[in-house]
Amino acid sequence: MTRRQGLIAILWLWSAALFVLPLIIVLKISVAETRLGVPPYTAFFDAAHHVTANTENYSRLFTDSLYVKAYLGSLKTAFIATLIALLMGYPMAYAIARAPAHRRDLWLLLVMLPFWTSFLVRIYAWIGLLRPSGIINTVLQALGIIDAPLHMLNTNGAVYLGIVYTYLPFMVLPLYARLEKLDASLLEAARDLGATPWRAFCAVTLPLSMPGIVAGCLLVFIPAVGEFVIPELLGGPNTLMIGRVLWNEFFTNRDWPVASAVTAVLLILLVAPIVWVQRLQARGDLAP
Amino acid sequence: MKPKRFSWPGAALIAGLVFLYLPLVVVIVYSFNESRLVTVWTGFSTRWYGELMADSQLLRAAGVSLTVALLSATIATVLGTLAGFVLTRFGFFRGRALLVGTIAAPLVMPEVITGLSLLLVFVALEQGFAWMPGRGILTIVLAHASLTMSYVAIVVQARLAGMERDIEEAAADLGATPATVFRTITLPLIFPAVAAGWLLAFVLSLDDLVIASFVAGPQSTTLPMMVFSSIRLGVSPKINALAAILVLLTAVLLVVAARVQRGSKPAESSAG
Repeated sequence: MTRRQGLIAILWLWSAALFVLPLIIVLKISVAETRLGVPPYTAFFDAAHHVTANTENYSRLFTDSLYVKAYLGSLKTAFIATLIALLMGYPMAYAIARAPAHRRDLWLLLVMLPFWTSFLVRIYAWIGLLRPSGIINTVLQALGIIDAPLHMLNTNGAVYLGIVYTYLPFMVLPLYARLEKLDASLLEAARDLGATPWRAFCAVTLPLSMPGIVAGCLLVFIPAVGEFVIPELLGGPNTLMIGRVLWNEFFTNRDWPVASAVTAVLLILLVAPIVWVQRLQARGDLAP
Repeated sequence: MKPKRFSWPGAALIAGLVFLYLPLVVVIVYSFNESRLVTVWTGFSTRWYGELMADSQLLRAAGVSLTVALLSATIATVLGTLAGFVLTRFGFFRGRALLVGTIAAPLVMPEVITGLSLLLVFVALEQGFAWMPGRGILTIVLAHASLTMSYVAIVVQARLAGMERDIEEAAADLGATPATVFRTITLPLIFPAVAAGWLLAFVLSLDDLVIASFVAGPQSTTLPMMVFSSIRLGVSPKINALAAILVLLTAVLLVVAARVQRGSKPAESSAG
């Protein structure tokens, strides 16, 4: 084996052990049964070397309405939050791309910085703002705008807010990368031909920034679907999301096989968007 | 275009930044509040910082988190640099596309999937080979390294792809072995990206709650795990103080990372 092959082999071994193998084991345990003991699932082969696999866990996912509702709830929540993030992030990215060249890096750093500060702290900050005796309610009551505290924490709205707040930088970055490369002479041409600024935006800027829109939406949507911490801390008891169900199956019910089946189905739901992201990545559409 | 003129996107950018920063500012300001009631301002005080420093459980968790972050960031940097190098300098080899996929996938994979699947591997290894019994710091280190290595790979890859290869080629023409070229030419040139990658991996590891919760053993509680369980119980001024420290710490590290990374390269590629 040459040195070159050796280096490639190291990477393969690492990825196989910590990426490929884990997913195979998830599939394996998703067809096992729960049992008391360590580990809390039955083996793939029984003592007589017969395969013990069954698809009971999967049929439970599709017959028990809790799971179906949680998957749909996750997709809905992720979709709404992604849309809000796009509407907020697009003008931000546009403004940065139109800023003087020497300022752009600074603006971009300012947008990215919160993403790198502790995620839990940022969610915690919103609890302090939103809760009934929190800062927003205290201020509004002091100003006489409301009489009784608004119920904001532990609602679906708070979950959308948390997701948008957390992932907004992911939306801005790829949008900026596209908008920054946009050829300004195309816009000038459109205006010279008599297009209003809005028309020029719709006919030139928007279509040309489409790869950025797709990339940004995927980068927000995919992690949002599997989100656990945000619905757990900001959502209410009725906020059903699959990440939360998975967590409870695993930690509260200690039902590893069902948790694995939930994971496998979530992965199947997300395979298409994840592969899509990787193709954008390979083409260099994700980072500026 | 005049810079001072009012524009809707400009206003949206300012509003967006206020939205991003205001909650953090509020947390930091209230961490200096004397009152135990988190919303009522009664006076400036640093007492919550003092109480924080006296909390031995919390300090132990912080120690675990720092150890994990140091070790995992170092492993991730070695492997991520290797991955970035192999993917930009080795041309085509069989399975390259698949390797790119397995390296980039953890970046977008929901954390619950990564956490559960890694835990199941560690349990299987424990059952089959008695490796890493009981799980602990080592399993968190490996899990974090496998996630953050992808980030390092992206940063290093971007740097290598945007770099002229003429010096490397000249050294090779003059008879330097590939290893020498890498050590004396490539590595010093990509060092800013490698250092920035390490810092990003460090910060990500320090911040992770979900993956650590899955793979940690009963004895190894990380700082985010402790913060999470106390947030569930409610808002407390002590957590405000801790939050303020964490925000300032990561802000400093990231400004350093941005500086280092910009060190010797054109300002095209960025950390994300």
